[in-house]
Amino acid sequence: MAAYQLAVAGLKVLVLEAGRSYDPVRETPMFKLPREAPLRGAGSREKPFGFYDATVDGGWEVPGEPYTNAPGTDFRWWRARMMGGRTNHWGRISLRMGEYDFKPKTRDGLGADWPLSYQDLAPYYDKTEMLIGVYGGDDELENTPRSSPGVLQPPPAPRPVEMLVKKHATPLGIPVIPAHLAIMTQRQDANRLPRLLHPGNALAQRVLRQSMLQRQACFYATPCGWGCSIKANFQSTTVLLPPALATGNVDIVPNAMVREVTVGKDGLATGVNYIDKNTRQDRHVKARVVVLAASAAETARILLNSKSTQNPQGVSNSSGLVGKYLMDTVGAGLGGQIPLLENLPPYNNDGASGMHVYIPWWLYKEQIGGKLDFARGYHVEFGGGRGMPGNGSFNFLENQTEGAYGKAYKEAARRYYGSFVWFDGRGEMIPNEDSFCEIDPEVVDQWGIPVLRFHWKWSDHELKQAVHMQKTFAEIITAMGGKVNGTVQTDGSRAIARGGQIIHEVGTCRMGEDPRTSVLNPYCQSWDVKNLFVTDGAPFVSNADKNPTLSILALAWRTTDYILDQMQKREVG
Amino acid sequence: MEDNDNTQEQPVGLVRRDALKAMAAVASLPILSGLPLADAEAQTAPAAKAGAPASLQPPRAAGGPRGDAWDPDLLRPKKDWPRKLTTGEMATLAALADMIIPADDKSPSASTVGAHHYINEYVSAPGDGSARDLVRVRGGVSWLNLESQQRFGKRFTQLTVAQKTAICDDICYVPKAKPEHKAGARFFSLVRNLVATGFYTTDAGMKDVGYVGNMALPKWDPPPPAVLKALGLE
Repeated sequence: MAAYQLAVAGLKVLVLEAGRSYDPVRETPMFKLPREAPLRGAGSREKPFGFYDATVDGGWEVPGEPYTNAPGTDFRWWRARMMGGRTNHWGRISLRMGEYDFKPKTRDGLGADWPLSYQDLAPYYDKTEMLIGVYGGDDELENTPRSSPGVLQPPPAPRPVEMLVKKHATPLGIPVIPAHLAIMTQRQDANRLPRLLHPGNALAQRVLRQSMLQRQACFYATPCGWGCSIKANFQSTTVLLPPALATGNVDIVPNAMVREVTVGKDGLATGVNYIDKNTRQDRHVKARVVVLAASAAETARILLNSKSTQNPQGVSNSSGLVGKYLMDTVGAGLGGQIPLLENLPPYNNDGASGMHVYIPWWLYKEQIGGKLDFARGYHVEFGGGRGMPGNGSFNFLENQTEGAYGKAYKEAARRYYGSFVWFDGRGEMIPNEDSFCEIDPEVVDQWGIPVLRFHWKWSDHELKQAVHMQKTFAEIITAMGGKVNGTVQTDGSRAIARGGQIIHEVGTCRMGEDPRTSVLNPYCQSWDVKNLFVTDGAPFVSNADKNPTLSILALAWRTTDYILDQMQKREVG
Repeated sequence: MEDNDNTQEQPVGLVRRDALKAMAAVASLPILSGLPLADAEAQTAPAAKAGAPASLQPPRAAGGPRGDAWDPDLLRPKKDWPRKLTTGEMATLAALADMIIPADDKSPSASTVGAHHYINEYVSAPGDGSARDLVRVRGGVSWLNLESQQRFGKRFTQLTVAQKTAICDDICYVPKAKPEHKAGARFFSLVRNLVATGFYTTDAGMKDVGYVGNMALPKWDPPPPAVLKALGLE
């Protein structure tokens, strides 16, 4: 986003990408079937989310680029060493943070407030949603904002399972409303939107118009997580980098592993040093302004590794807070089998790949009224029904039928196929002193760059929230006349996913009003180094239940507006 | 994108890509040998039309896949590792696969669509899980033939359906298997899941259960009325 915004504003931008170049138009396995893939598309060490997942050279581990955990910590760090990074495979769920989410400490006394309000970011949410293409409804619930009229695209009609959950959850007081996903259900208005988004900027309007004309609407097949060759969903490599390159102002150097930000005697950033992975040579590039968007933890790693006599703690770390207040999302899931869904006539369940509807957090009043034993909320992602048969899709039959084989097995497969539902809670984690990353004093990666060591601890708020998720999911499954699969966990430490596992790690360079208690100012500008900015998840002060990507993009746009303003005033660069 | 990294390596990359492309159809032939022709065509056809001509798309400049396990070519998947099961073991597994998924009026049997070849693909694959399960499958096949010999004096493939059923009934569910049949039951459980994956991921299997997706649609419609009616959602 930063590269796009700066390039369309006429600045020369060099993008350093730690992984290889990647083009979803040519590389996405559209319509491919599990049977064409090794092991019918199963996940593996090298491709943890399945063979066709868009992530290459990444996953829970990257060969030659380890990270470590402090004793007692089991943090998982997902990386994608490729152009466009994790935007190539992400879930496309694009929920806005609400009013409460920016001022959590004011509301309940825990964590910290953001140095900006929902009103500050709302215009950027509108613009970002129009730029990337987001479908969603116009519900306006507590702390669940609606977009301005005309910003969102129409949500797709719900699938059968989604309708059934809504029918049975509503009497429990649990709302089910259209989800917001960065997937286009119709083509963008390439004449109107560029003018609206970039008033008075002919270059921006031209490149964005060209880009929008190349994007197709979703055709409701092939998982978004594999990428999208018709550019119907948002990934940097189809939506932001092509128009950025079309300006002629952007160069991208792939296989460039940045190891440090260099700083001059005046304390300003002079550029970065990176390893050219092809030649293994160290290179320096000069810059008027340095923008880090390497992912929250990798950005912290770069800053902490930028050590010198001038900056013994690393660059931009006079507060000592770089790497601190690392957060992920609370995750817990439960599934069930629903007899009502057995033996249904065939129907196409593919849809827009991700969810069409979801459950936003609904117990704000109970929570602030002290009726719950945890402080922050969660939303629920759910689904089920007749998905494409893949590796292991029918393993459940053995237990379901107590060992059927032969004709009885085939009949059971027909009966039970598509009769399962799953629920995944995604909840807010409150930042704490025990969850952070730092430089491991001993371990380096294959490029000689010291690696990160993680420390992680959930508080009772997260553990109890995970238990509440389990209870809620069991209630809905039961209300649907179904049977829960497995155990409804009452022990939070068993219910909750591991730190990092939801792949929403944010924090590590939090923004704030005070240089002593934050790394960045309210515009994601380093307090210490005024021509250094951060536009990934690192500036996050809290981690609301809302999936972070949309907020990262909106914040990045706001940050680049500030950079341009400061450069114009000769304050920066 | 339009980077120009490693231009000096382009000729090498081109040669390699061309070679891979030429090999693609040949390499997958052994796996396809057990599949009906329609299936085999469906597997090779996409490789032929996917992507632009190599001469127009130098892979290094385009940043295309390296082709190893961390960065495989997703449009032309390779699964050509050497197969480890013997002809005899494959024959036993085919017979067992057809006990698990026999032909009926809706779809063919598991071995007809090559489900036993999928077992071989899996147990022969690189990786610790496959290596462990190779031993389990191999040991299980030996056990099954021993059991067949002891009970009926013949190998499993030579038994009547009734005789095969007598053995399968004893090993079809681990929790209910007698102690002397537990090991056989664990083998049966593994094979049943592999056979189900091998069968239900084929066109015949997907059609059997009524999977009707993976097709481009001009718009997304609400569910069919018959489905809504069955769910009480009218």
